[in-house]
Amino acid sequence: MNETVTVRTQKIKSNHAKRRLCVFLVLTALLLLTALFSMQLAPYDPYAQNLEEAMQPPSVRHIMGTDQHGRDMFSRVLVGGRTSIFATLALVAVISVFGTCVGTLCGYYGGKLDSVIMRISDVCLAFPGLVFAMAVAALLGGGISNAVLALAVVSWPKYSRVARSQTLALKDGPFISAVRLAGSSSIQVVSRHILPNILGPILVTAMLDIGTMMMELAGLSFLGLGAVPPTAEWGNMMSTGRSMLQMYPWIVLSPGIGIFISVVLFNLLGDTVRDYLDPRNSRSR
Amino acid sequence: MQKYIVKRLLQLIPILLAITFLSFAMMRIAGSDAVEQKMENTGAVVSQEVVDAAREELGLDKPFLTQYFVWLGNLLRGDMGTSYISNKRVFSTFVSKLPATLLLAVTSILLTVVISIPLGILAAVKQNRFTDYLIRIASFLGNSMPNFFVALLLMYLFAIRLNVFPVIAEGTGLKSVAMPSLTLAIAMSAKYLRQIRATILDELSKDYVAGARARGVKFSVIMRKSVLKASLVTIITLLTLSVGSLLGGTAIVESIFMWDGVGKMAVDAISMRDYPIIQAYVMWMAIIYVVVNLITDLSYRFLDPRIRLGGMEL
Repeated sequence: MNETVTVRTQKIKSNHAKRRLCVFLVLTALLLLTALFSMQLAPYDPYAQNLEEAMQPPSVRHIMGTDQHGRDMFSRVLVGGRTSIFATLALVAVISVFGTCVGTLCGYYGGKLDSVIMRISDVCLAFPGLVFAMAVAALLGGGISNAVLALAVVSWPKYSRVARSQTLALKDGPFISAVRLAGSSSIQVVSRHILPNILGPILVTAMLDIGTMMMELAGLSFLGLGAVPPTAEWGNMMSTGRSMLQMYPWIVLSPGIGIFISVVLFNLLGDTVRDYLDPRNSRSR
Repeated sequence: MQKYIVKRLLQLIPILLAITFLSFAMMRIAGSDAVEQKMENTGAVVSQEVVDAAREELGLDKPFLTQYFVWLGNLLRGDMGTSYISNKRVFSTFVSKLPATLLLAVTSILLTVVISIPLGILAAVKQNRFTDYLIRIASFLGNSMPNFFVALLLMYLFAIRLNVFPVIAEGTGLKSVAMPSLTLAIAMSAKYLRQIRATILDELSKDYVAGARARGVKFSVIMRKSVLKASLVTIITLLTLSVGSLLGGTAIVESIFMWDGVGKMAVDAISMRDYPIIQAYVMWMAIIYVVVNLITDLSYRFLDPRIRLGGMEL
């Protein structure tokens, strides 16, 4: 009798996590679709200047007002989101794939290559992240792709560490020995048996990283090290608007709200994915 | 313990060498050496012989590694060259701006302590109740805002709407430091609230707490005398480790509030491609970061009696 009760509560909890996951997946998909089709969705041309309508406060015609060139802020926030969101996703995809490959190979083969690469990642971790990224971005010059590259250089060690420690924990396990006895080559062992098994923790790390990376990317743009105006991007829109904060606060606040909503959404999705894959780590505990 | 300290200090040497080497290499990758830069600045057209002579005088014709060691030697004597823009000594410029950044860092850590520890304890004690949810939602939202957005919101609210604080920092008074340090403290508190809450909850779930309560010891006494004392080591470690992310974060906040520290100096230098200044900033921030982390690690071992008294060797 007692047993059935326990099983039942567990069932309810896991369904709950699944439902939350579905909700946030749908919301994130909506965000991504909005970003993808932002050019078509935008009510006005985000780059069309109309000086007669410059600096208008939010109204029915321009729900987020207009900027100093009379460009519709709502359209600019939508289109800016495309740059910010897809640049962030590209960044996280690159560092998680690269870091995972490096970490898995290091963990599996060990030896000299392993210690050399791990020392390199030690040095990367020895720099405070954003300071290092600022320096790399300053070297490479402006542009959103350079900002992505700068953050990639700084952030990959996190993934290689996770992948390496997971690989180390797995590689001497009995099922790996069995696979090797059955005649699988190293590449087959790594790609068919180790990678699928370490994908969970990597996925969780990556999902939780999206929000942080989005904020850091916007931060670099804010400092003038990312997307260059007139390209609409949330960080540089806030940066150009900050001198007008006193009179025309909507120019700064609208892109800020854009960043905030997307980061909240990605963080919620990340937390839910973690709770779903690893319920022991749930946030309520 | 002493053996451990010596070991850690020895490990510091290759890391410091790597940091200085990377900073040096970065400067060279940037493309222009001091001679080319001076030519660009003066706009004079000089013959190749003059350039070569100037290069020889500055030792720029030597191999890369030799140059590095010469540069390292100069560095140890506090000579980091001159700024391309202001022509002032880089090292003295950096040293003159450092106190402002340190002041900002210290006040924001203090503010973080004041905000996050009481709220973290409150959330843990009221676990899964309304207060707890409220604090957790606040920390989640705080975590989802980039610090420049927080800075601009605070600026709009307190400086423009309410007129409490000046929009840009004037000197280093209490009123000027308030908004930049509050910005940094909000970000850090949001980040550490969860961990402080988890630490306290972890301690509260231990058997001795149940034992003390069963004996009738007041909850506030258990909290004060046992739980807090035991959690403090972890919390202090967390806070000192936050110095690293703080160092990176000050750059943006300093330049928003016109706080005249090394972060703003670096941001200005980046926009003007003043590489010696950027190099000094990156290198010193990395060194400070590494040293602070080392001190944290050592003090952590000293604070924890299990390790200090040699019962547990980690």
